[in-house]
Amino acid sequence: MGMRKVAVVGAGMTKFMRRAQETGKELSWQAARMALASCEMTLDDIQAVCLGTAPDAFDSIHLKGEYLSDGAGAWGKPYMRSYVGGGTGVFAPIQGWYHVASGLFDAVLVVCEEKMSSFYPHAQGAFLTIFDHTTERPLKPNLLWIFAMEMNRYMQTYGISKEDIAHVAVKNKRNAADHPCALLGNPDITVEDVLNSELLAWPVNRLDVSPVSDGAVALVMVAEHVAKRVTDKPVWIQGVGWSLDTAYWTNRDLAYPRYVEYAARMAYEMAGIKEPRKEINIVEPYDPFDYKECHHLEGLLLADRGQAPQLAIDGVSLRDGDMPVCPSGGLLGVGNPIAAAGLMKVAEIFWQLRGEAGARQVPGQPKRGLAQAWGDLMQVGTVVIMGTNP
Amino acid sequence: MSLLERYPNAPGAWLGELPITSRYTAGLAGERFLRAIKDDGKIMGSRCDRCGITYVPARQFCERCLDELDEWLDVGTKGEVYTFTLLFENLDGTAREEPEVVAFIRLGDGGLVHKLDEIHLDDLDIGMLVEAVFKPETERQGSILDIAYFRPTSP
Amino acid sequence: MTSKIKVFPGTPLREVDFKEGKILYRHDEMNGQYAWDTGIGIGSYLAALKEGVLLGSYCRSCRRTVVPPRTVCEWCFRPMNSYIPLKDTGTVNTFSLCYITWDLKRIKEPEISAVIEIDGASPLHGIMHKLGEVDPEDVHIGMRVQAVWKPADEREGAITDILYFKPIKEG
Ligand SMILES: [Zn+2]
Ligand SMILES: [Zn+2]
Repeated sequence: MGMRKVAVVGAGMTKFMRRAQETGKELSWQAARMALASCEMTLDDIQAVCLGTAPDAFDSIHLKGEYLSDGAGAWGKPYMRSYVGGGTGVFAPIQGWYHVASGLFDAVLVVCEEKMSSFYPHAQGAFLTIFDHTTERPLKPNLLWIFAMEMNRYMQTYGISKEDIAHVAVKNKRNAADHPCALLGNPDITVEDVLNSELLAWPVNRLDVSPVSDGAVALVMVAEHVAKRVTDKPVWIQGVGWSLDTAYWTNRDLAYPRYVEYAARMAYEMAGIKEPRKEINIVEPYDPFDYKECHHLEGLLLADRGQAPQLAIDGVSLRDGDMPVCPSGGLLGVGNPIAAAGLMKVAEIFWQLRGEAGARQVPGQPKRGLAQAWGDLMQVGTVVIMGTNP
Repeated sequence: MSLLERYPNAPGAWLGELPITSRYTAGLAGERFLRAIKDDGKIMGSRCDRCGITYVPARQFCERCLDELDEWLDVGTKGEVYTFTLLFENLDGTAREEPEVVAFIRLGDGGLVHKLDEIHLDDLDIGMLVEAVFKPETERQGSILDIAYFRPTSP
Repeated sequence: MTSKIKVFPGTPLREVDFKEGKILYRHDEMNGQYAWDTGIGIGSYLAALKEGVLLGSYCRSCRRTVVPPRTVCEWCFRPMNSYIPLKDTGTVNTFSLCYITWDLKRIKEPEISAVIEIDGASPLHGIMHKLGEVDPEDVHIGMRVQAVWKPADEREGAITDILYFKPIKEG
């Protein structure tokens, strides 16, 4: 396609916290300088900055892109904020990729931030705005309605039980126990704990949901000649994809995320992947709710429709299974500062493919991984495929 | 191909509101900056020697090189009026008899936006020297409003 | 790299740190009040609701009837051809039993939210609303329901002119 090869060469992140003392700017700066330090680069080496952050309402700051620009290292540089709701954290590195692949820049910094504790008493109030102001909001919905209804439709369509799905929450929260930045890691959690946790909106219980959080993550993305200079372990972007379904969420199939499939097919084609289940070693699908991991694995064509919960039940998706899913601990375990959570998944694939994931390292020297996020009004899919080969 | 038309009796607008309540932490630098105002009546800056910039209000990091700024300094309570405006309306749109004076006051390489008081409008000028007037110590809360206003002063 | 770094940045706070004044913070309330123009499709939808009618619109090229009505078909990007008054009955596509209100208060009896596929609209085309006059235990996907309207003189041209949908008693 006449595009240049792009590598990720550095990554950094803050802890994911329920309430951080740091401002959003300070969180962004901590992640950004850590990413630069990790590849021994400085801000002088960076030619452009890509920022991802979700609705302004979460930080309760209008024009959040401008607000965060100093912490993101954007002073005096070409700078752009992208925003596709929950899909932002995997879209921002796609933006970084095309900044470099196009030949426009040789080195970019990608920063994602969210400080959801600013919306007080709880970020739920901000989620109200996703519903249509005239035809839906007068019914006084809360965010859980939409997820609970999607989960219910998914379960009903394929005959899946809450217990089947709870295995996903258990797996991810156990994985997160090994993540130094995690908010809700728990090595001892059981399926019963999930099923017995507080019922919020049937079929969703408290432990089916990821926690709102504060945090930031950053990546350094560079062209091939820069990558060869700064590291002997570049991780290459092999494919990217994104796609959108109708904004009328009550006018579409709630049991299957077709838009994720379209995004995945775009990325697979770019990466030259014919049989994703055989060719992808690690997966970090978006898991704000446990059923969403299943939903997304099916949309990514990594599980048959209605069969994804079985991967957790059979141990296939455990860290030492045949296809580890969310070895980071995911949003369910590490936390869900929206845009930062998506980029955390890309950072996890980076660390895993370099063999630098510490206690979280999946065995067998994985060669290729996929990170995916999802958002807007449950309608956007964003996918990045990374590998040790260009 | 004609477009669908609006029902003649359709309501013009749907009225609604967004309940938004927020709690902002001062942050790492903000905590230290505001406590210096509250406890010591001092305005602090932070300096990046590499870039040659003194940030006011003090920040945790330099936005030009991303270095951590551990060199904090008292920049004093006097600064020059860099620019100003006269407000003849209140926030709710009602008229004011006397205008409120808001200025950007240069301190270090940054500065503060704040109110000016104890001043004759005729004397108001860009470049004039003003100083911070702090609230009594017992009334300070760790807020930028612990500085009540700035007023004219001499070097 | 995470394997080498022992301490990651970030200063987690507890709620008591705020309550006890250990850290500085500022509480703010923004006053967001809006008048959203209803436009053509939704304006007509609201006008029809006032008359006790659920309104959709039809695209001849796609042979698709959507609800709520819109003026442009997003699939073929042609203008929609006509408004279609729909029945006020439908089928539950999915539902939830919600024990939390929109402002996070716990409630004993759940609110039952649902997506209802409206009779006369294309398959999978529904609206979000609430269910009532039904035991939460009895709600199921595929259940047939009908709108319960406010009295005509109390309707204001709003989605809340339908109070809720209730099960249709078979036979
Ligand atoms: Zn500097
Ligand atoms: Zn059409």
